[in-house]
Amino acid sequence: MSIFVDIEKKLGSFWLKMNFEAGEETLALLGASGCGKSMTLKCIAGIEKPDRGRIIVDGVTFFDSEKGINLPPQKRALGMMFQNYALFPNMTVEQNIRAGTKREKDKKERQKRIEEMMERFGLRELADHYPHQLSGGQQQRAALARILISTPRALLLDEPFCALDSHLRFRLEQEVREVIRSFNKTVLLVSHDRDEVYRMAQSIAIINGGRVENLGSRDMVFADPKTVVAARLTGCKNISSIVKRDEYHVYAQDWGVELITAKQTGEAVAVGIRMHDIRQGRGENSFHCRVIEEIENPFSYTIMLKPGDKEAGTSFGWELDKESWRRMRADTVEINIPPESVLLLTKGNCCE
Amino acid sequence: MDWFPLINSLRIAGISTVIIFFTGIFSAYYIAKAPRVIKGFLDVILTLPLVLPPTVVGYLLLLALGPRRPVGAWLLAVFGVKVTMTWWSAIFATTVVIFPLMYRTARGAFESFDETLAYSAQTLGLSNSYIFWRIRMPYCRQGILAGMVLAFARALGEYGATSMIAGYTPGHTATISTTVYQLWRTNDDALALKWVMVNMAISFAVLLAVNLLEKQSATQAKGRRQ
Repeated sequence: MSIFVDIEKKLGSFWLKMNFEAGEETLALLGASGCGKSMTLKCIAGIEKPDRGRIIVDGVTFFDSEKGINLPPQKRALGMMFQNYALFPNMTVEQNIRAGTKREKDKKERQKRIEEMMERFGLRELADHYPHQLSGGQQQRAALARILISTPRALLLDEPFCALDSHLRFRLEQEVREVIRSFNKTVLLVSHDRDEVYRMAQSIAIINGGRVENLGSRDMVFADPKTVVAARLTGCKNISSIVKRDEYHVYAQDWGVELITAKQTGEAVAVGIRMHDIRQGRGENSFHCRVIEEIENPFSYTIMLKPGDKEAGTSFGWELDKESWRRMRADTVEINIPPESVLLLTKGNCCE
Repeated sequence: MDWFPLINSLRIAGISTVIIFFTGIFSAYYIAKAPRVIKGFLDVILTLPLVLPPTVVGYLLLLALGPRRPVGAWLLAVFGVKVTMTWWSAIFATTVVIFPLMYRTARGAFESFDETLAYSAQTLGLSNSYIFWRIRMPYCRQGILAGMVLAFARALGEYGATSMIAGYTPGHTATISTTVYQLWRTNDDALALKWVMVNMAISFAVLLAVNLLEKQSATQAKGRRQ
């Protein structure tokens, strides 16, 4: 149960060059739109053809440019879920699910499995409905049933919750997580939403400019995103370019402060500090800051701060719970940033 | 009243509509997927009969099929068949003239097709012919039907090319449109008017059908989006 991908594809001036491997787990391809993650999924499914490289799933070679192998999507047997679910509009729910059973030859067995699937996804009452008569959640369940009944080797989910309202999204995400838990094979999830990825995936590949920039377990990638783009994608809002002082000291240009780092500065060109990693009071990397703006969120405050009393420079955000801020509210505050919370970031593939 | 012109017009229009149903759909399907340069070129060639005067189409057809012309002479020599001046000669004329109507509406319908439906069908293991006949065609059904009805109506009214290649022989090659012209020429106003009424009734019914189909397709598209 594994997916191995090593492909290249040129699309105009954009060069897709993907290389990753996933075992029996959920691997998320996290990237901004237009970074090549959906194209990669299409190459794996066989809808698009790479220029060069290899794709191997469960030991079966799907694509090998050197050996001239390129299996049609019909023979790859992957379950791909599209953003709009791609239910056939001219077929009822039952007919849609039946369309997923074409590989099964035995008619009786087919009908039995259709019944089972409709039961499992609560679609029995909706069997004779057409897709446009279903709610978003029902459409997703029909699409999942249709995919699972075709006994796919792996699941490919292309931005599955992108088009949904947030409350619906949460519920549907839960259903997909349940499906994944019982699926027990490789799942590739394409997304640009870090929360969704964090909740659903065990491993994360950060995709930028058509390449994998950082690949590792979820916790590793979030704890040490390594590149500027990865930091941004994992939700780090405070990022500043730096001047290196020595192995463990940098000057953060945007904020005009000197910082001690826990790790060697190495190739870093920037630092990132997560908004909730900032602490109140004296310590290492501590500064007096002016409060520029106080932003109230539903369950927290984001306080925009500028160190010292210079007008120049950019402010950075500090997120803390409402109670704490109400207790310490002032025009200037002293904060500190633990050196291990200073993320050292390299340039990566990014050309910005 | 001799009803032959009506029957003849209907069978000519019917047969040419069946022909352009298949040829129009398949050229629309493959040309929609072709590279841009080839697409542009073929599109112009295939749409040309729509803008050419029917007499020019008739002239070009005679140039190929006339008994002393290459194709016509060959058919006459090998099969002993004369392809002009018979009732079915008109099928050549109507087919060429109405082909662009079918081709263009079918291409428009195919281009509005949501390709992710075809992709997901492929990943589910469905064959390409299943996808074409059971998913793509039903999705584009309204547009294709509207194109067909319109093409049929145009075939019924075809005059220029038909009169050149099939002529006018009462009870043999006469169609409604050639009959109306002939009756007017011979001052038989009363009968001419009767045929005009028949023609208008058919055209009215056809256009009504097209409008209903288009309305239906609009509501279906709305349903699809929800």
